[in-house]
Amino acid sequence: MIRSNKIGSFFIEIGELTYFTRRFFKELFSRPFEFKELLRQCYSIGNRSLMLVCVTGFIIGLVITLQTRPTLEEFGAESWMPSMVSISIIREIGPVIIALTFAGRIASGIGAELGSMRVTEQIDAMEVSGTNPFKFLVVTRILAATLMLPLLVILGDAIALYGSYIIENIKGDVSFQLYFNKVFKALKFSDIIPATIKTYFFGFAIGLVGCFKGFYCDKGTVGVGLAANSAVVFSSMLLFIIDFIAVFVTDIFMKFK
Amino acid sequence: MMDPIENIQGKVETISSGKRMLEIKNIKKAFGNKHVLNGFNLELYEGENVVIMGKSGSGKSVMIKCLVGLMQPDSGSIKIMDKDIATLNQKDLDDLRTEIGFLFQGSALYDSMTVRENLEFPLRRHKHKFGDVVDTNQLVEEALENVGLLHTIELMPAELSGGMQRRVALARALILRPKIILYDEPTSGLDPITAKEIVDLMRRVQRLYQTSSIIITHDIDCARVVSERIVLLVDGVDYARGTFEELAASDDGKIQAFFK
Repeated sequence: MIRSNKIGSFFIEIGELTYFTRRFFKELFSRPFEFKELLRQCYSIGNRSLMLVCVTGFIIGLVITLQTRPTLEEFGAESWMPSMVSISIIREIGPVIIALTFAGRIASGIGAELGSMRVTEQIDAMEVSGTNPFKFLVVTRILAATLMLPLLVILGDAIALYGSYIIENIKGDVSFQLYFNKVFKALKFSDIIPATIKTYFFGFAIGLVGCFKGFYCDKGTVGVGLAANSAVVFSSMLLFIIDFIAVFVTDIFMKFK
Repeated sequence: MMDPIENIQGKVETISSGKRMLEIKNIKKAFGNKHVLNGFNLELYEGENVVIMGKSGSGKSVMIKCLVGLMQPDSGSIKIMDKDIATLNQKDLDDLRTEIGFLFQGSALYDSMTVRENLEFPLRRHKHKFGDVVDTNQLVEEALENVGLLHTIELMPAELSGGMQRRVALARALILRPKIILYDEPTSGLDPITAKEIVDLMRRVQRLYQTSSIIITHDIDCARVVSERIVLLVDGVDYARGTFEELAASDDGKIQAFFK
């Protein structure tokens, strides 16, 4: 009985999320546009995650190179390091790990912020004052997350490659120019473009889930905590699903190519 | 010109001849099996202060949220200044909302904005109400001055005391010069001295802005001071109505429970 209730509420939540997504697209193209708030959210969301993304990216680069080097050394294939590391970072590891850290920071932040606004009646106050709270709070945040994550991933990837270069320079005496020549020789547009496109979907999913959980938060302060927590869990799960679909679709396109 | 505050006694007689600002007819609202409103009726006339009293969970806040379209009643009609809110589109509803100020129970100030930004917020979309040339700063400063908090204009809500937050929220509710103000428990959570200050302020703003008000409260002192009429909400219906003195003198046990 309990299990069937849980399954039922899961499908109800999926239905509500679908309705929420439809409302987002409907409000996105209707006037008035909240440009000022969008810019404020872009700055806030991008700026809040900047340091985290830089540190995460740098450590990813260091760790992947340190872990992979001994194996390649066994086969005398150290010269493949830049191309191997760059492809794995740009295509998969960079976008996914940076999106996960972004989800932890932003989805929980949005969930908690909107949740507390809901329980303290700030969202109701906005509606009563004749401002559409969905447009002002939700549309701007989802759009800001969608636009900011790709930029952060590009920055994070670049820092990860720099981290990788530092290890290569220390362990293999590889110069900056040689390392990045090999990186750009190995990378193709077919590596960069699909990976960048999927980060827009990651950003959208993170913003959407954070806003959905926060906007419909109830049960007082306990509900705010739950909204923040479930926003991170749900958006992280969604990231892997989107990643699988993106890789699957890219693979189909590559076959036709 | 006679001071409206001094003329409170005379207002009761003018009620029946005054313009009807708001009319609630037989509204019902249920949440699942729980019937909160079972056919509630209310009228509010120009310049009148009506206090609604009821036990916790009796549906007072639900009723007031139905009034501004934050909730939809299951049946019945709500007319504000002769407009049935159920038939209005979103734009017309937003325009009508500029005629209604709402003071929320917990003040509901936007905590990521300064006091100035809180007051500017309703003006973003509805500045046109004051004509083509309008000085937003002047409107904000005037509203804050009227609640005695001009010095807090650049502070954040978290830096204000509970009473100050309530006064800023009142200034925000008044910034669009509404004709009707809805107060949801305006003195709850405040100490008796601050509560009295808020009650005095409510009377002052009514005199300044010439508003009609619906006040939801448990505070019997507040009800006695501000009300011209009291409506008791019991079991989801308007169980009794009358002046404070009339209801206080009633023999009915359910009515007496509110005045003990």
